[in-house]
Amino acid sequence: MADIILEARKLVKHYPVRHGIMQSFQGLVRAVDDVSFTIERGKALSLVGESGAGKSTTAKLILLLEQLTSGEIIFQGQDICKLSQAELKTSYRPNVSAVMQNPWSSMNPRMRVRDIVAEPLVVNTRLSKNEIKSRVGELLEQVGLIPDWADRYPHEFSGGQRQRIAVARALALNPSLIILDEPVSALDVSIRAQIMNLLRELQEEFNISYLIIAHDLATVRFMSHSVAIMYLGQIVEYAEAEELFENPLHPYTRALISASAMSAAERERERIILRGEMPSPINPPAGCRFHTRCRLATDICSNEAPEAKWFGSHFVACHRAEKEETIN
Amino acid sequence: MLRLLPEPAGKIIGGEIILDGRNLLELSKKEMRNVRGRLISMILQDPMMSLNPVYTVGDQIAEPIYQHQGLRGERVWEEVISALRLLNIPDPDKRLRDYPFQLSGGMRQRVVGAIAMSCHPRLLIADEPTTALDATIQAQYIDLFKDVQRKTNVSILFITHDFGVVSQMCHRVAVMYAGKIVETAPTEVIFKNPSHPYTSALINSVPRLDRKVERLYSIEGQPPSLMNLPPGCRFAPRCPQAAGICHEKEPGKKTIDDNHTVSCWGVE
Ligand SMILES: Nc1ncnc2c1ncn2[C@@H]1O[C@H](COP(=O)(O)OP(=O)(O)O)[C@@H](O)[C@H]1O
Ligand SMILES: [Mg+2]
Repeated sequence: MADIILEARKLVKHYPVRHGIMQSFQGLVRAVDDVSFTIERGKALSLVGESGAGKSTTAKLILLLEQLTSGEIIFQGQDICKLSQAELKTSYRPNVSAVMQNPWSSMNPRMRVRDIVAEPLVVNTRLSKNEIKSRVGELLEQVGLIPDWADRYPHEFSGGQRQRIAVARALALNPSLIILDEPVSALDVSIRAQIMNLLRELQEEFNISYLIIAHDLATVRFMSHSVAIMYLGQIVEYAEAEELFENPLHPYTRALISASAMSAAERERERIILRGEMPSPINPPAGCRFHTRCRLATDICSNEAPEAKWFGSHFVACHRAEKEETIN
Repeated sequence: MLRLLPEPAGKIIGGEIILDGRNLLELSKKEMRNVRGRLISMILQDPMMSLNPVYTVGDQIAEPIYQHQGLRGERVWEEVISALRLLNIPDPDKRLRDYPFQLSGGMRQRVVGAIAMSCHPRLLIADEPTTALDATIQAQYIDLFKDVQRKTNVSILFITHDFGVVSQMCHRVAVMYAGKIVETAPTEVIFKNPSHPYTSALINSVPRLDRKVERLYSIEGQPPSLMNLPPGCRFAPRCPQAAGICHEKEPGKKTIDDNHTVSCWGVE
């Protein structure tokens, strides 16, 4: 049996849209609409999709920064929605930390690096001043920074170094899960590889699980063990990374892969250009939500939501998806 | 190149910019204004920002036509419609009455393209126009650029840090490091036979879509500050192959063949 650290079951987050001074109810933004996945210990799951797909909202639900409309979050076998605030504070929050996209805005410019990294330790532990000091030094070393730099301010560091500081802070309480929201996309290209290598090394060393939010598929392939492709608040395809990239089944996944290819050799299949843009999550299209942009869509696609199909552990929600027979 | 650097803070201190055989640095301010609107046009990093919310699409495309082509009356609108058609905007006679907020993101991008192409420029400079876009929208945009290029034969200077975009869009590549071009070559050559250590490091540091790699090649250190450049080759402090001379003297441009040049002491 796989060692499951976190399971998301049918997560739903709807935001009411209100207008005018009476704040009359105008409808619902279906930001996350029935999303389920599991994250194994020491493994990385990526959520991939275009902006507005619901990736960050999913991350906020897991971090308890937003309240679930419905659904369950099972952490190490426990439904955390059933825990009291006190229980969450001791057994959930310290175990789940986050690194956000922008290393500039996610840090208080008036705090020294020492205090930025130490904050979770001060809030959640009873360590002495000296113990905190040595832990901060150890953390900075783990992310490839010099402990003597702890007294500097964030502006004295480059973007890549600031992202290392954010990683050090996220590691402070030995979490079992770190949420990485676009961890490299704001960085200079020549710096990205350093941070990606570091994140993978830390994962191996400490056996941490990652929930990665990313839009760059090559980054996703490098960083993840499994991948969930999201479209308009839902997961349309979900599989182990190798399987997903070698054998994509959903037309949307295929279009994404085709659009991200770096060379004709990588593209293999023909170049796929989708028509139109992602519709609004306020009134998502009936039937399959992707049908308005899908070149394979038929009548059934605009009328009926596709049922989940499983090919082994490979999940796809598409009327037209079929696994090609292996020809030997 | 558009001579838009604010003086005296930014000043071109040397070199020539030749467009169709004319040195742009020898033109008067007035002549340059005409070149800028007419022969060279530009699309900025955030295309949406360049639309004015209070004018209709038609008015915004008409403005450069009026200014630079000196057309008046019906002729202006004929040109506006042909610019909208060039960018494959459906129902051009209706769309020109729309305001930007009435259009989808993709349509707005096309309108920005129509403004840039409205005076039939010879050169279009596009500064990271796809960086903020999602992959599938980026692919649409690249196809649109290619289609416009096919139809008008316009030259495009595409500024990007994304090798995916380069491979899909560009015929030739010039790789820049700390303010200097270190290598130029046709796109396939850059990918298959990069000669500058910086070019190959960059290509190897990008993860691949077609196979899983265990570790990415990483370029140690940071790009230098342009106010404090190292002596010698600007890449030397980060270059795994750097030798003594690299830290002392700047390498000149070497020709590998007709289409391929590189500035590196390590290249014979
Ligand atoms: N607080 C909010 N109120 C209303 N709508 C929201 C809120 N947060 C996010 N949304 C909407 O939910 C959808 C999903 O957003 P998000 O999770 O940020 O997507 P992603 O991270 O994939 O780009 C978007 O349409 C967004 O506008
Ligand atoms: Mg987001």
